[in-house]
Amino acid sequence: MKAPGAGLLRRRKRTEVVFRVLTTGSAVVVLLSLLLILGTILWKSVPALSLSMLTQTPRGGFYLGKGGGILNAIAGSLYLALGATALALLLSLPLALYLNTYKGRASKTAVWTRFFLDVLWGVPSIVYGAFGFVVMLALGLRASLLAGMLTVALLEFPIMARAIDEVMRLVPRELKDASASLGATRFETAAKVMIRQAAPGILTGILLAFGRGIGDAASVLFTAGFTDRVPTSLADPAATLPLAIFFQLGTPFPEVQQRAYASAAILTLIILIISLAGRAMSRKVTRHVVK
Amino acid sequence: MSSNNGRTRPANGDIPISIRNLSVYYGDLQVLKDVSLDIPPRKITVVIGPSGCGKTTLLKSLNRLLDTAEGARVQGQVVLDGEDIYGPHAEVTRIRKKMGLLSQKPQVLPMSIYDNVAYGPRLHGLRAKKDLDRRVQHYLGVAGLWEEVKDRLREPASVLSVGQQQRLCLARGLAVEPEIILGDEPTSALDPQSSQNVERRLLELKETYTVVVVTHILRQARRIADHLAFLYLGELVEHGPAAEVFARPRDPRTRAYLTGEIS
Repeated sequence: MKAPGAGLLRRRKRTEVVFRVLTTGSAVVVLLSLLLILGTILWKSVPALSLSMLTQTPRGGFYLGKGGGILNAIAGSLYLALGATALALLLSLPLALYLNTYKGRASKTAVWTRFFLDVLWGVPSIVYGAFGFVVMLALGLRASLLAGMLTVALLEFPIMARAIDEVMRLVPRELKDASASLGATRFETAAKVMIRQAAPGILTGILLAFGRGIGDAASVLFTAGFTDRVPTSLADPAATLPLAIFFQLGTPFPEVQQRAYASAAILTLIILIISLAGRAMSRKVTRHVVK
Repeated sequence: MSSNNGRTRPANGDIPISIRNLSVYYGDLQVLKDVSLDIPPRKITVVIGPSGCGKTTLLKSLNRLLDTAEGARVQGQVVLDGEDIYGPHAEVTRIRKKMGLLSQKPQVLPMSIYDNVAYGPRLHGLRAKKDLDRRVQHYLGVAGLWEEVKDRLREPASVLSVGQQQRLCLARGLAVEPEIILGDEPTSALDPQSSQNVERRLLELKETYTVVVVTHILRQARRIADHLAFLYLGELVEHGPAAEVFARPRDPRTRAYLTGEIS
């Protein structure tokens, strides 16, 4: 005779096994796809990777396989993403503080603002590109570093604002009250206490937005233009790495296609470096955070 | 009066607080019902009552911390130093500066030990390093914490133990040189020894400050109260000199609470 409940126990054990395979499996898939992406890009780019890729701008016939590098796109992308991220921060931080300082949790304004931000977050970047293009023409601007920066800033804004908003919401009410009870105004509490307490999260939000901005092709396609020179003013057109990848991959020449992969590797490397720098900084700003 | 130098002055604790017909609502719920209470200067007034009776709300109404609570509505007056703090011309930051608050759970600010104490004085215009140093040392001393932290003032305040954090909050509150000290169950998160430490500080401080403490620990009330007020379901049932209320409660509800029949 089997003990009562033996069938149930077997079923529960089987479920447990299925659950384990599923969870472990998904983790393995994530890891493998990351390695596969990195591996493919690196392997494909090896023949083209050289110092001149980093230090030179395209020479004549570059897109036919002749000499030069993608310094134009590296510099363009860095300028553009740094500028756009700074602009987005200028909007995001005050907005997040507004939502969490002057507006209560149940405030209609806050609820709707968050909803709009979430919608904006989901808007595809080509739409931002098209919108930026229209605004650019209306303002009489040409495709330029400035127009690209403004468009990418718009793309980054909802991402950064929501990320910062989320960490600001976690600042305990008691902490704000403690500051207020010492005679601080709302602004002083925001500037001296909330920003410090939320600093690691704010940093993460900035990095997230930066990564999205530097990697986006569609929003800069019409707004930043493309050029073989390193931009020297905001009114110059600017090349970007995603577009450099796009154009090079679109040629029929294998040497140029390899350079597209090299450009992708460099873009990935830039994001990696920025993330690591962010982590190092995060450790510093976390020191004072109150648990 | 407000000192822009580092001199630490004895507080002018002679300011009485007069609560007149105070009612507080959260939405439709009335949590304080027409409370009138005079709080004597340089004494410890302890407000007792079961959880949810409105003690904390009463305390928060004294420094207008209810302003930040959503949906809270206040009627009536709290007269401090001859001025209704809910009056149209009342300046909220100035009112709060007159009071140091100790909350249930010590809430240190996300900065160093030193900066926690210097936070208030800096807000109110004290800048010179020497003055700040002096003020920080003085009030850490008054709170009984100086010896324990003097060698690590630059460390984050969050590394301190909970008991130390509560004394840091006391020093921080005192450093703005208030007239009144408010304690919202200030020992409820502390171990017995730290609690005793905080109680001892409060007894010292009543020499110079008006102290209002909210607690649900009756034994604590017996140890420190000069004046006792009993709140029940938002109503001020009884108040008077502590010895008198403890010995001869007039209201049956007070008697029931003191004997542990209601809690």
